Amino acid sequence: MSDKKPISSVNDFVVRFANVNGSGSASANEMFARAILRHGVPVSPRNIFPSNIQGLPTWYEVRVTEHGHLGARGGVDMMVAMNPQTWDKDVAGIEPGGYLFYDSTKPMPSTKFRDDITVIGVPLTAITNSTYTDPRQRQLFKNIIYLGALSALLDMDPKLIEQLIGEQYKGKEKLLSSNVHALHLGRDWALQNLKCPTGLRVKKSDKVGDRIFIEGNSAAALGAVYGGATVCAWYPITPSSSVAEAFTAHCKKYRHDPDTGKAKYAIVQGEDELASIGIVIGASWNGARAFTATSGPGISLMTEFIGLSYFAEIPAVIMNIQRAGPSTGMPTRTQQCDIIACAYASHGDTKHVLLFPEDPAEAFEFAAAAFDLAERLQTTIFLMLDLDIGMNHRLCRPLKWDDAKQYDRGKVMTAEMLDEGRDFGRYLDVDGDGIPYRTYPGTHPTKGSYFTRGTSRDRYARYSEEGSVYADNMQRLMRKFETAQDLVPRPLQANAERPTKYGVIYFGSTTPAMDEAIGLLETRGHQLDRLRIRAFPFHSSVASFLAEHDFVYVVEQNRDSQLRQLIVNENGIDPVRLVPIVHYDGSPITARFIAKAIGDHQDHLKVTPLRKAVS
Amino acid sequence: MTYIAKPKFHHPGLKKNELGYTHRDYEGKISTLCAGCGHDSITASIIEACYELSIEPHRVAKISGIGCSSKTPDYFLGNSHGFNTVHGRMPSVLTGANLANRDLIYLGVSGDGDSASIGFGQFAHSIRRGVNMTYIVENNGVYGLTKGQFSATADRGSKSKKGATNTDNAIDLVAIALQLGATFVARSFSGDKSQLVPLIAAAIGHKGASFIDVISPCIAFNNHAGSTKSFDYVREHNDAVNRLDVLVGRDPIAVDYAPGTVQMVEQHDGSKIALRKIDADYDPHDRLGAQTFLQKHAAKGQIVTGLLYVDPDAEDLHEHLNTVETPLNTLEADTLCPGSAMLDKFNASLR
Repeated sequence: MSDKKPISSVNDFVVRFANVNGSGSASANEMFARAILRHGVPVSPRNIFPSNIQGLPTWYEVRVTEHGHLGARGGVDMMVAMNPQTWDKDVAGIEPGGYLFYDSTKPMPSTKFRDDITVIGVPLTAITNSTYTDPRQRQLFKNIIYLGALSALLDMDPKLIEQLIGEQYKGKEKLLSSNVHALHLGRDWALQNLKCPTGLRVKKSDKVGDRIFIEGNSAAALGAVYGGATVCAWYPITPSSSVAEAFTAHCKKYRHDPDTGKAKYAIVQGEDELASIGIVIGASWNGARAFTATSGPGISLMTEFIGLSYFAEIPAVIMNIQRAGPSTGMPTRTQQCDIIACAYASHGDTKHVLLFPEDPAEAFEFAAAAFDLAERLQTTIFLMLDLDIGMNHRLCRPLKWDDAKQYDRGKVMTAEMLDEGRDFGRYLDVDGDGIPYRTYPGTHPTKGSYFTRGTSRDRYARYSEEGSVYADNMQRLMRKFETAQDLVPRPLQANAERPTKYGVIYFGSTTPAMDEAIGLLETRGHQLDRLRIRAFPFHSSVASFLAEHDFVYVVEQNRDSQLRQLIVNENGIDPVRLVPIVHYDGSPITARFIAKAIGDHQDHLKVTPLRKAVS
Repeated sequence: MTYIAKPKFHHPGLKKNELGYTHRDYEGKISTLCAGCGHDSITASIIEACYELSIEPHRVAKISGIGCSSKTPDYFLGNSHGFNTVHGRMPSVLTGANLANRDLIYLGVSGDGDSASIGFGQFAHSIRRGVNMTYIVENNGVYGLTKGQFSATADRGSKSKKGATNTDNAIDLVAIALQLGATFVARSFSGDKSQLVPLIAAAIGHKGASFIDVISPCIAFNNHAGSTKSFDYVREHNDAVNRLDVLVGRDPIAVDYAPGTVQMVEQHDGSKIALRKIDADYDPHDRLGAQTFLQKHAAKGQIVTGLLYVDPDAEDLHEHLNTVETPLNTLEADTLCPGSAMLDKFNASLR
């Protein structure tokens, strides 16, 4: 052991589990995270998994954070190294003074360790094999045994873990008691043979409050249920499949007629993304609220239909759970890389509404709101999630719903209105907001029917190739997009304590890391005003924010600083004043990364006076 | 896709159907297709069938893809909503529309490029899902709008107008539809209105995926010697296995049939199909037999037409999904939204 002192920290550390995919470790690891929550201590777990079912390496990282920093931190204080394939890399990744937990059944050469960390060996395989004979049981209980050992090493209350096991195996007594037994096998071995606790400790606190622990995809799917979606069409693609699966589960629970048992929804697994969006467009054209969930490659396939939705003015909701592109890219890694692809999806002049939720709670709200927006604006609304929000459990405020709320079905002309003699022009801007009235098919025997098409037409939906008629329609579509600005969620601004000429713009899953980075930057003496963008088209307050600051950092998780491009393009801003801060290796962005990148730039600015730097 | 409005006035003595609509009430805009196009005959047959069935015109949703055939929904049922979607994607849009409102009649109009090439997958999957629809392919073996390229239904060895020989094998959409489980499968010829009109009427009355392949010669690019989709060729090789009459309403048309020559099929909507047998051995309830029969006759260069297969007890997608009887597009927050009390419980389960 070198003279590096072991890390000592209460309720503020990172544990990373290195496992083999398909070994059943996920549920034990998740139970570890939940057990810490039950201590009243916030956690932020992240699954780092391969595009594979069995055999490849997978990691589960739990950030224990009394202060509630829910972004990824970077670095590992304790590595639970259960995967020989990744041993070297895993051991190398431990912070100096950190801890290595491993299965010591087989002796390892000393060269496989480091002398600046604490090595904790538990003969997991030996304990398991002497207790269980069935190979599958050995595999599964080994995970619970290491959970038990960790509970002793980290000073956790075993009663809280037992409680969780009790909830998970409620009504399955045999499984319940055998899991509790395995837990204590590991815990007792550690207590008897190791120095417990280590320098890393979990201490009961009260920092979780009424917050809930949920994956963004499940929350977005529930938002679709609350938002009145009745048709869902989808094609399996990571990391979005769990949206449709969660929607199915939520609908089974909430959407069956209690008397007849019949379904108040229809879910179709399409043959591809083209069919999925086609079904959504058909259902929405016919007056149902419909959505699909997909990821980058699916967006590429859907673009022709997205153009139809824009031009023929048909509502659609697309949930894009972004993953690292381009092409197949890194299917199980996170990015915010489809901003441009979605904002301008399809050929010709198009613009689309994007919503950027920061966490599952906002994913729920925005998902429900997306259906109102889609019907109000009669166009495609993108809900831009990413793998980091979608597929990880995140601690967030409880979901809320106002029972007084009615759905905004938008401008729909009814048979009564037609009978009153109202002038119906499908593409007629009667209110000056660019939004025309539509009729549902089957409304009236003689009035209100029209032929929907992706070709150009006049205000009364009659085919036309007249240049002026085409331009008139395109200008109205621009007007409609301007109307959208005031309907979508507004940016949220938070100013620094002291007035500053520097600002930062960020969005979506970057939020928790950004919030934490602000604190880190303040300790380095850097003051920044913040603007969290929640939607495109950009509200006028974005332009004001840009005007009020000399330099604005735009923090995002893609290579080409796509949001910055969009801001420059849509606001006609001098790009020099927008400094890109980009993170795009597929891992979630961290506060450490942001603080370093912005801090270095700020330090540089202090050396060279600003006026000189820009002149 | 014409902008020419059709004059609305008509002879006061024009015959009316059960609902009081005349034939003219089922018409649309004036066709902009070539004079003599087979597709216009299909349009006329659809109008005739809807008139005969006394369908309320606005209760039909007509959905198409892209191409000459897909333009035709503008030329019939002017009081119906129509949707000219994107190339090859009519089936998915129709599926979605059908899920949203199960009470309308769905008429899908497509072409051979639309359904056998770019949209072959969508054709297949809408059939295998059993979407309640009438799916008509206006099949001419060429791409008309882009001036005469072979389509995937062009027979191997047939000649293009410019003299090129097609070396690719043809896709027989009827054979595929049978294999995929379509519950109403027919083939007809645009030049044989007396066969086509009752086939369309029967298909509309069928609950489930109805598919009709209508050979419809392209007067401009595929009506020459050497083509197997020309008027002359189809007339010479047409092998009809049956003719049919559709009997609807309380007062069915009295028809006397010689014993043993007619098979009655009762449809889900209460209508009856009287099938007059031409080929005594042909059984339209035998899916396997139909497939074999088609292949044998195709090998001999014959084009088998008529009602080739029907399952009067078929189920549709809504039954598979167990959806409510009320159209989904009429449901509002009071029945769709679980409310805040449920949400509180949901939150509690996540702590």
